[in-house]
Amino acid sequence: MADNTEILSGFAEIVEEVAGIDPTEVTGEKSFVDDLDIDSLSMVEIAVQAEDKFGVKIPDDQLAELKTVGDAVDYIAKNQ
Amino acid sequence: MTKLKLASTTAGARILGLGSVQPDNVVTNDDLAQRMETNDQWIRERVGIESRRIAEEGTLLVEMAAEAGARAVKDSGLTPNEIDTVIVATCTMPTPIPNAAAQTADRIGIPAPGAFDINAACAGFCFGMGTAADLVRGGSARNVLVIGAEKLSDWLDWTDRSTAIIFADGAGAAVLGPATDEASVGVGPLTWGSAGDMSQTIRIRPDNNALAQEGQAVFRWATTKIAPVALRAIELAGLTPADIDVFVPHQANLRIVDAVAKRLRAKGARDDMVVADDIRYSGNTSSASIPLALDHMRTDGRLRSGDTVLLVGFGAGLSYAGQVVVCP
Repeated sequence: MADNTEILSGFAEIVEEVAGIDPTEVTGEKSFVDDLDIDSLSMVEIAVQAEDKFGVKIPDDQLAELKTVGDAVDYIAKNQ
Repeated sequence: MTKLKLASTTAGARILGLGSVQPDNVVTNDDLAQRMETNDQWIRERVGIESRRIAEEGTLLVEMAAEAGARAVKDSGLTPNEIDTVIVATCTMPTPIPNAAAQTADRIGIPAPGAFDINAACAGFCFGMGTAADLVRGGSARNVLVIGAEKLSDWLDWTDRSTAIIFADGAGAAVLGPATDEASVGVGPLTWGSAGDMSQTIRIRPDNNALAQEGQAVFRWATTKIAPVALRAIELAGLTPADIDVFVPHQANLRIVDAVAKRLRAKGARDDMVVADDIRYSGNTSSASIPLALDHMRTDGRLRSGDTVLLVGFGAGLSYAGQVVVCP
């Protein structure tokens, strides 16, 4: 079980790979759409990789609720 | 018990010719931006399309099918008389009866072939190639014309930016004939399947007769489930991913194409494997996209005679299929 700091760092690596965003930019308060300019298809790719990496399920309806990086990290931590 | 005589079998099938046709009418992203709330950059980023071909309203699907089919027959070096089976993969005929295949054959001048349609949407061409190859191998057919033909423009809501920017019209075809020996077999075993539990994610809406899709669900399915289908097709052909020279997946969305290619490279496909990106100027033409890409890539030199080519179709149904073929 990873703690939130470890999840954030692993999650930032996924965001970098999918969307080419520097991991230092991927912080808890950032909005995927408004701050990081990540579109819905990239969110799906990020979710699929996060599922593999953290052993969680992130269905599309849940994915739509994850507005910020912090939301995603909390969801992963809760559902691991 | 009566003993039945069976047809003489052959070693397998090989591709003898390719052909395709697209409407003359080029529709750019800027053209679409004048009709709906969208723009060139948004479309390029989401689906990778720069322009597409849309048929005139009066153009018939079977006209496009016949033109592509006639070109493939000519390319094969056979005459229409020598074709005994015609398969048209399509999901956009204006009416369900009559089928497309018989009238397409008649337009080409192929006399009295076995002729039938396959509706496996964007997987249809691979379903047709697999069926044709087994008919040739089993001796039920000698030379088979397989056509993927679609007029998706008849089934679009031109105010719906989630579909109208993606789909387009066209037709592509291949002629398959018997291989003389095992070494010259050019169509590998078919792997196919369906996911009927997701059938509603791509459908024609009964209220407006227009195509609708749940983009995100389909994108997730395609980017995770299609690479294993491709790998299975490679395995069935007795090859490894490194043996694939050219990868021609259904041209659904350039981001799906790139995601699947990335997964294949993670499993050993070569960095210099050529990956079809015909969607850029053709749009998503469902069952026509794979043969269109094959014909275009052969013309521009990216697909060469003798190349080992991986085909994978996937789409509404949901349906999927793949096989490895050798370019004639």
